[in-house]
Amino acid sequence: MFTNILIWFVVIPVIMMIGLGLCRNSGMKAIRAVMVVGSTALLALAIWLCVQFLQLRAAGVDDEMLFTGSWLWYAPLNIHLAVGVDGISVLMLMLSAIIVFAGTFASWKITPLPKNFFLWFCLLSTGVFGFFISIDMFTMFMFYEVALIPMYLLIGVWGTGRKEYSAMKLTLMLMGGSAFLMLGLLGIYWHSAPEGGQCTWNILEISHNASIDASWQYMLFCFTFVGFGVLGAMFPFHTWSPDGHACAPTAVSMLHAGVLMKLGGYGCFRIAIFLLPQAANELAWIFIILTGISIVYGAFSACVQTDLKYINAYSSVSHCGMVLFAILMLNTTAMTGAILQMLSHGLMTALFFALIGMIYGRTHTRDIRQMGGLMKIMPYLGVCYMIAGFASLGLPGLSGFVAEMTIFFGSFQNADLFHRVFVICATASIVITAVYILRVVGKLLLGPVQDKHHLELTDATWWERFSTVTLIVCIAGIGCFPNWINETIQHSFVPIINAIQAAV
Amino acid sequence: MDYSQFGAMIPELIVLGIFLVVFFADLIAGDKSRKCFLTPLTTVLFALGTVAIWVIPASGETVFGGMYVNDSATNAIKAILNIGVFIVFLQSAKWVESDEVAIRKGEFYELLLVTLFGMYLMVSARHFLLFIIGLESASLPLAAMVAFNKNHYESHEAAVKYIMTAVFSSAILLVGLSFVYAFSGGSLYFQDLAVTIQTGSMSGLLIVALAFVIAGLGFKLSLVPFHLWTADVYQGAPTAITSYLSVISKGSAAFAFFIIFTQCFGSVYSDAWEWMLYAVIIATITVGNLFAIRQKNMKRFMAFSSISQAGYIMLGAMAADTLGLASMIFYIFVYIVSNLGAFAVISTIENQTGRLSMDDYNGLHKTNPWLSFAMTLAMFSLAGIPPFAGFFSKILIFTSVTGTGSMALYMLVLIALINTIISLYYYLLVVKAIWISPEAPKVESFRSDCGSRIALWICVAGIVFFGLVPYIYQYCVSSVEASAGFLSMFGV
Repeated sequence: MFTNILIWFVVIPVIMMIGLGLCRNSGMKAIRAVMVVGSTALLALAIWLCVQFLQLRAAGVDDEMLFTGSWLWYAPLNIHLAVGVDGISVLMLMLSAIIVFAGTFASWKITPLPKNFFLWFCLLSTGVFGFFISIDMFTMFMFYEVALIPMYLLIGVWGTGRKEYSAMKLTLMLMGGSAFLMLGLLGIYWHSAPEGGQCTWNILEISHNASIDASWQYMLFCFTFVGFGVLGAMFPFHTWSPDGHACAPTAVSMLHAGVLMKLGGYGCFRIAIFLLPQAANELAWIFIILTGISIVYGAFSACVQTDLKYINAYSSVSHCGMVLFAILMLNTTAMTGAILQMLSHGLMTALFFALIGMIYGRTHTRDIRQMGGLMKIMPYLGVCYMIAGFASLGLPGLSGFVAEMTIFFGSFQNADLFHRVFVICATASIVITAVYILRVVGKLLLGPVQDKHHLELTDATWWERFSTVTLIVCIAGIGCFPNWINETIQHSFVPIINAIQAAV
Repeated sequence: MDYSQFGAMIPELIVLGIFLVVFFADLIAGDKSRKCFLTPLTTVLFALGTVAIWVIPASGETVFGGMYVNDSATNAIKAILNIGVFIVFLQSAKWVESDEVAIRKGEFYELLLVTLFGMYLMVSARHFLLFIIGLESASLPLAAMVAFNKNHYESHEAAVKYIMTAVFSSAILLVGLSFVYAFSGGSLYFQDLAVTIQTGSMSGLLIVALAFVIAGLGFKLSLVPFHLWTADVYQGAPTAITSYLSVISKGSAAFAFFIIFTQCFGSVYSDAWEWMLYAVIIATITVGNLFAIRQKNMKRFMAFSSISQAGYIMLGAMAADTLGLASMIFYIFVYIVSNLGAFAVISTIENQTGRLSMDDYNGLHKTNPWLSFAMTLAMFSLAGIPPFAGFFSKILIFTSVTGTGSMALYMLVLIALINTIISLYYYLLVVKAIWISPEAPKVESFRSDCGSRIALWICVAGIVFFGLVPYIYQYCVSSVEASAGFLSMFGV
């Protein structure tokens, strides 16, 4: 079992948790050592996996999933611990590893209870990694919930502002989503076998059997898509997102907006669309409307907010809406764009939240009306913020441009009026994004200094620089060399597109 | 009469043996100072007995003309109940040494063992007469146990409420059974009854009888609308008894419910009792949850939480097949460790400081990090959060219910799932008080007694590993499948 490389993505965080358990509460050095070693190991593992994966693909291995393994867990219900990755999961694992790595450095000085903070942080990472490696719906769902629950304590104990309210709201809404999801998964399971065969939780087997009849597909599609959509901040289930992000501590915001919201998009893609293609064809329009609203509504809301975290939280609603929107276009180009957008948004939001945390740690306010001219005081952080902003509004050369161009290009391939209208509306959000990003940059970084106490503030420390540089390099990397990502994920769309076309 | 038939009742004989040893030891020991050996004696004997029940394979025999059966499924149920009782013994070790109780601790153990004996009979009975004997010996001594804190007004009040309810519910059950007797044409054997029902036509009499039986057992299980006694009794009873009531007593009643309804009334499942149970389950889960939200007293809180958990347990009866029973046994096992884990914390804090309100738990993690940790795990497990055992037990029971494929059952599961979110809210309130509340801690730092600590460790280990390690569930499934008696009646 442990010869499979993918298992180590779950094993390493568990070892980190055990390591942290052995540390003393006050032993900050030991805690940091465990975290740095562990998150570096995860990052190295992700890179190694990526290299291996590309080599295998280059050698002409064209299975749907590579590095597969399956171990029987609950025999009476045919539940396995089944793992396997395709290009998309490899990139998602990479993204998660990068953000866990950056998040460790961003929470270098967390107080109080640093040990407990990192324990829950590692549990959350276990869930995230486990989710992306699973191809068994049961284990996938289990890891999904494992990733959700630590948020309650992470926000509740270490957050700021109305943290108790936000933590409870976030947990209950996401768990509510997973209740619908669970029912959808149960339905898929009991209909997964052709007449008389044994039911299975394995995603690949279910898609091969294609035995779910249409009347059930409609209901199950709605349940699974809404279930994952809640985590993807789909309108009208997005309201947990602004409150949750605004109150969460820096590293948690990073991980949550950067990775956890991607669980939603990935799940819609992997389960709702892939396993229920017929319903996806016929019901996509409902969710196109909802995600279209998310995109425009999120962008407009961001324009009027004055709290830095709220601005980014609403911008996340808009950008994550775009991920789901692109997935629902059901063609290869748009889906490629969706994956690019997941990566791009993950990295740039993580950067945003890291920077906001750093600025807030110095100025003790996140209200943009009370800040100004920070570029003169902390040029390093200012420049980073600008880069993140430009990535968000889609400046060529950074990741946002590649992602959004691909999405709109792909979406426009659907030639009917309904799709065209919604694509045009969604495209308009680029302009609105530019409005709120430039507004923040103008007020926060340029202009006169609002508060003379701010003049005494210092620029970034080494660990902050380290954390931000990692993210910026990745953002620019995707922006300048999007092609290798394209090659990595190309293969993964074939089965999905085939399933959709077969169902038409 | 062939006395060798008693040899088939191995679990009952073991409990009876322990009871006799404890009884005579208590009798001989005399005054208070010389009774200090009673607790270790009972606990060790009981642990050995539990191991024996696990190890000795069930004979699968039906004795006394078919009144009593000891097969692998009932054996598994008894073994699981035993583990719960063992944990209760450990966590009450400190309480029984308190001044007020120490002189009567022998009685506590004796009464408890008698009720356990009764519960064994309830599970193994295949004849309504034996079942009633089991039910009565399981419930009447419990009233004496509820009144155990004899200097406390609430304890008396709770005992009176409990005895009234117990007698009342038995009466209702007996009325139902007399209808059943009339219907079956003079036999109280489960088997005869099943045959009569299967061959005969549906009648109003049978529906009324079923309604009475559900009501009678519903009182024991505290299903809504028969739950009104629960909160008061749980609050008034000594905490050790409350935890016993909330898991063991409830668990055995749930098994008996399942067995009676599938063995006798299996053939009229969809005609008669599916819809009754459907409505009762929805009401139980929802009402229990909604009332739990506002509770501040931890024992009342756990009372309403256990009402709603009973609704989830009954989902296994809704599935009414082997997978359903196996999931139900597993659910109760997990529920035993989770709930007793929570009660171990509550009773430890009560014994040490006398505090019982949820507000007293504010900031607990600063003074008692281990207790806080255990309580958090127990709450997560009760709420069904992975990777803890409660998640698996909930999902497995949901899976078994949806297995029959009817849309109505999918809707039932949806309601149950939405209710888990409500329950998550109030379980998180406890977590919030412990970890998030900014107030200064009210409970000072203390070192809990040895018994509670062992009990807590067992519970925490169960919460963490029962789900991740699949063997417990497989044990449940294989022991249910090995019971030929169960398999035969599902085809009815």
